[in-house]
Amino acid sequence: MSSTTLEPRTERPGAPVRPPKKRRPPILPWTLLVPSLVVLGVLVGYPLVRLVVMSFQKYERAQLMGQPAEWVGFDNYVQVLTDVDGFWTVLLRSFLFMVACVVLTMVLGTLIALLMMRLGKGFRLLVSVGLLLAWAMPALAATIVWGWIFDTQYGVINNLLTAITGDNWMGHSWLLNPLQFFLIATLIIVWGAVPFVAFTMYAGLTQIPGEVLEAAQLDGAGPVQRFRLIMIPYVRSIITVLIVLSIIWDLRVFTQIYALQGVGGDRDKTNTIGVYIYQMGMAQGHYGLAGAISVIFVFIMLGISFYYVRQTVREEEL
Amino acid sequence: MSTVQTTPRTSVRHASATGGAAPRVSREKQRKKAANVGYAILAIIVFVSSVFPVYWMINTSFLPSSLVRGTDLKFFPTPDVFTLNNYVTAVTDDSRAPFGPAMGNSLTVTFFTLVIAMVLGFLASLAVTRFRFKGRRTFILAILVVQMIPGEAMMISIFRIIDNWQLLNTVVGLGIVYVSGVLPFTIWTLRGFVNGVPADLEEAAMIDGCSRGKAFWKITFPLLAPGLVATGVFAFIQAWNEFVMALIIMQRPESMTLPVWLRTFQQATQATNWGALMAGSVLIAIPAVVFFLIVQGRMTGGLVSGAVKG
Repeated sequence: MSSTTLEPRTERPGAPVRPPKKRRPPILPWTLLVPSLVVLGVLVGYPLVRLVVMSFQKYERAQLMGQPAEWVGFDNYVQVLTDVDGFWTVLLRSFLFMVACVVLTMVLGTLIALLMMRLGKGFRLLVSVGLLLAWAMPALAATIVWGWIFDTQYGVINNLLTAITGDNWMGHSWLLNPLQFFLIATLIIVWGAVPFVAFTMYAGLTQIPGEVLEAAQLDGAGPVQRFRLIMIPYVRSIITVLIVLSIIWDLRVFTQIYALQGVGGDRDKTNTIGVYIYQMGMAQGHYGLAGAISVIFVFIMLGISFYYVRQTVREEEL
Repeated sequence: MSTVQTTPRTSVRHASATGGAAPRVSREKQRKKAANVGYAILAIIVFVSSVFPVYWMINTSFLPSSLVRGTDLKFFPTPDVFTLNNYVTAVTDDSRAPFGPAMGNSLTVTFFTLVIAMVLGFLASLAVTRFRFKGRRTFILAILVVQMIPGEAMMISIFRIIDNWQLLNTVVGLGIVYVSGVLPFTIWTLRGFVNGVPADLEEAAMIDGCSRGKAFWKITFPLLAPGLVATGVFAFIQAWNEFVMALIIMQRPESMTLPVWLRTFQQATQATNWGALMAGSVLIAIPAVVFFLIVQGRMTGGLVSGAVKG
């Protein structure tokens, strides 16, 4: 049976065993939990149920106005999963984009962390200040600023490119071509995500005992070998968690893509999964179809985060 | 540099030996120096590329539109061209969406989210750290998993529920959505902070005659204050920056929050006023950046502590 007791303390050896506490029904902890449970139940649980229900219904603008929704079984799912030009293209695009962002973020973040280890105090502070500023910038403001930097008519990049190469770059639209659009989008995401990876890696790498690295150096291990054979095994769990978190964040990216499409860009050719759900549901009013895509999206994300959740549970000893 | 060869053999050998060693040492030194210069250059590159967008945003926001829309680049708003016009335009131009109400909405909804999420999160974190009960583990696990559900997938049904409740375009509607979004993270982080304060302290106070509640308020709560502040600031930043839910729930111009307001600068029908847009971006970014800098140190450590195999 459940009993309410204080969490067991770290017992000192030899300390007298406390008499067993009176068994009380766990009223107090549940009272403390109820407000949170209500909020999460009503605004996470209930919407989740509604989402699944909606994904099995024909739900368009008319139903939003009050017409009863008709059950259509798996029709929405069939329509989504057979839509090669729509759903599958968007999904593939999102994954490719995510892979590019995660790889670049991890590589650059690790290199900057290694650099920070070799820098003196002053330069390390300089790098930290720069990274912190990039990290702190709100995603929307950052995207708009990058859009301005790459602006077609007056952007600083076109201006500098014209000055440096001598060719005329003024009027070059970076966002119209989907490939270049994603080049800019990758730049924005990586710019914003590198600081977190760099700081975390730096914090992890500095915890490696110095004598281990020195011993390896005396034994003739070069910098590459020391990194590959000593540093990486030490921080392996940090690297894995960083990769999983980056995958999750970069796959669900919305603000940057949506705002960049607003600056200029072909929506149909640049949608990622989050923006696609928005277009399908909010903009075009196909709520049932968008619901089905959302349910699939939730499953994908939960699948990917399984490792992270398991790892966290293990580390926190829940 | 080199000595002449009139000296006897042995000393020549000696001289050549030291002569060989000295350059090796200085070569090593030189290499180190070169490496340090290289690292310094890399550090400057990292700094410049991190800071450039922020610097360019601030620079543009103080330039007159004749220079913003010119082909000559202006890298500093020198006193002869410095202007606050962009800020005046951003704040007073009501043709798209007014700034005042957007600011008011952002402040209200952020404050609402912050207070409710902190109170609820604090109570829940106490329950899962100071008590052992059936369902505790399940609750913590659920809190962790809920954070993995993307809000982008939930927006369709959240929009419909808020619409059903007639709460579209209201601060309360957006606020409760934000509370549910921030709460799992709040509980999770506060849980860590409360765990960091040993229950021993409370029990000692109870043995000395404090009631349980008093022991908590007098002993544990003051020790938790820094953790509460850090978590609160992060809740603040999340609510202040949030864009997706605000976009679908606050659609009317007078009920927009600042991020949605910022988006209205860009319309397909007319040229973007980049100067005013940068001024608007600065206004939104300042509170987020300042608060972030205050608490960042507390949050980076979390992932690392205990994660390195010792």
